[in-house]
Amino acid sequence: MTDVVIVGAGIVGAACAYELAQAGATVELLDPNIPGSGATAAGMGHLVDLDDDLSRYSVNLWHQLAPQLPKQAEFWNCGTLWIAANDAEMEEARRKPGVELLDAKQLYEAEPHLRPGLAGGAVAKGDAVVYAPVATRWLLEQAKAKVTRRAVTSLDEIQAGAVICATGAMTAKLLPELPIRPRKGHLAITDRYPGLVQHQLVELGYMTSAQGESNESVAFNVQPRPTGQLLIGSSRQYNVETTEIDPPILDRMLTRAFELLPVLRDCNVIRTWTGFRASTPDKIPLIGHLRGNLYLATGHEGLGVTTSLGTAKILAAEILRRPSPLPPAPYRPERFQT
Amino acid sequence: MKHYDVAILGAGPAGLAAARVATGTVVLIDDNPQPGGQIWRGAPQIPVPAHVDFLPQTKVFDAQPGFTLQTVPHGPIRAAKLILATGARELFFPFPGWTEPNVFGAGGLQALVKSGKPIQNQRVLIAGSGPLLLAVAATLKKAGANIVGIAEQAPLGRIVPFLLRYPAKLPQAIALRASLLGVPYWTNTWVTRFSNGTATLNNGRTLNIDHLATGFGLVPNTEIAQLLGCRLDDGFVVVDSHGQTTVPGVYCAGEPTGIGGLDKALAEGAGQPYNGAFVRDLAQAFALNPALYDLAEPATLICRCETVTKAECQPYREWRDAKLQTRCGMGACQGRLCGPITQRLFGWTPSSVRPPLVPVPARYLATAQTPPAPESGRSENAPPAHR
Repeated sequence: MTDVVIVGAGIVGAACAYELAQAGATVELLDPNIPGSGATAAGMGHLVDLDDDLSRYSVNLWHQLAPQLPKQAEFWNCGTLWIAANDAEMEEARRKPGVELLDAKQLYEAEPHLRPGLAGGAVAKGDAVVYAPVATRWLLEQAKAKVTRRAVTSLDEIQAGAVICATGAMTAKLLPELPIRPRKGHLAITDRYPGLVQHQLVELGYMTSAQGESNESVAFNVQPRPTGQLLIGSSRQYNVETTEIDPPILDRMLTRAFELLPVLRDCNVIRTWTGFRASTPDKIPLIGHLRGNLYLATGHEGLGVTTSLGTAKILAAEILRRPSPLPPAPYRPERFQT
Repeated sequence: MKHYDVAILGAGPAGLAAARVATGTVVLIDDNPQPGGQIWRGAPQIPVPAHVDFLPQTKVFDAQPGFTLQTVPHGPIRAAKLILATGARELFFPFPGWTEPNVFGAGGLQALVKSGKPIQNQRVLIAGSGPLLLAVAATLKKAGANIVGIAEQAPLGRIVPFLLRYPAKLPQAIALRASLLGVPYWTNTWVTRFSNGTATLNNGRTLNIDHLATGFGLVPNTEIAQLLGCRLDDGFVVVDSHGQTTVPGVYCAGEPTGIGGLDKALAEGAGQPYNGAFVRDLAQAFALNPALYDLAEPATLICRCETVTKAECQPYREWRDAKLQTRCGMGACQGRLCGPITQRLFGWTPSSVRPPLVPVPARYLATAQTPPAPESGRSENAPPAHR
């Protein structure tokens, strides 16, 4: 019998496989699709410290892993530039720990294409970007994990020492009793414009969109790829299941992007797509034991790539009954069981 | 938003033939500056009828049911009926050296020469397959090029029976031959390598040339039909005897329904069915020799946009997997060049199409629901994309 079966071969499942295999476990992954082709491929791959234990710990883990990653994983320590539009947002920027504050002049030196009239910003220098499908494949190869193309309809039928459900937004279908809701996002990518943008650019208002419960919201979030291409996001929608582009949302998302980075209006977009985040009510992932031999590593909303490595460490510690690198209580699924 | 009874996409022979018989309010859209398509390029033998609105240099990047076309630079255009006369593009096939600067698509070089590229006294080898090679050679020779030869990969034994079966095509073929007097036409011959101005043929012969023009046949432009949900069979749009696709109100004419050339395009554009046997026989006569599939070496590029080699592609059984791991097909051409290559080399299924069909300035996607504001004065232009 396999020690651990992981359902879902996205970045979270792959990171769990990597961690458990390092500890000596035999691991098999089940996924109906190509590894890393779901939200892992749809997302930006922004490795971002959001001032909480899990994301900070995970970004550090990415830095430790980076020298081993293949070149094609395009790990790039470009940093995040949080944009403050006005004095109130500048106050917010000042409250962020571990950032380098920029006044307006420094902001435009750093990113000359931002619209005029902004107050300043804060650079989180430790933040980075990664091309997550390649990182996923690499983690699976390192784990020497068996990956089987198979759709799972019932988690309870799987014979293994431990079963990890790492199915992201699909968790809503497999375990409907959990408070996980798919949250649709749109992205666009441009042709190559090397040097146009130097940092991952995010408006401070992004957190309101990400952490809020609004049925539909957009926020400015632009990422330069090492190729010179620009990823343009972001949107969040509940209660939509279709994968098609929603033109009104794309319109809102791009309009917001043009407001802060007017040069984008004339950049050629070569592709647009959508994906689904796994959203929990408190926007904190579900990591830990659920019942029987079943464990969860899901509900990462927009932070699955960032926190995959930390998630794997916490869950592996629990399965292997070892000391946890972070206090595991905030992530335990039981917080939603009444 | 402008509303028409009929929108014709493509102003080549099929589109112009359709425009001539279309009634009501008609718009004719093409991404070239002049009507005529690839065959008539700028010198159409059917003029744009006076009652037709002609929109040159216009790109359609999305088509929605009902029908709404999203265009650059005219924004959305509505039409009750669509006629897709979107033509075909050249099939490129990778061999060592195919990405060197003086290697051209045969049709591409023909177009460049027609629009003024100097070619006088330059040594040109034309290689690949199909009747297009002869037409290209004729154009280039007329412009003063020194055509060192035409290398046709198909064997003579398949070309002659084809010509004999279609005597109506014979005068055309003879006229072309006459205009190419003195130009060698080698059958069962292809380029195995091109390097530093030297082309090596499969018979071992080497030729010193200034330009190599290659064309291995044509790939139909079916993206808009696919976006609208029209059924395809073996890569071609399925139509009934009136040219209607499986989507009511969407018609298709010319190469997208089967590669057949000018006569077929003219017939179908005018709403008349064309002899399907000719399309099949043409495809068979010039079917690619599988030996061509082995020409690419491990280091030969397959995806030019993202510089992905054959060796990098080979581990993958599916295009989606290769795209995610190598970016093959993820560049600005959106897989139009490498898709037909990988389909043949690796058996990958082409992926579904989605908007935008062509790279478009982001502002056009932000106004998909409302017409874009008129271009007022100077816009802040993005720097040119880096290739």
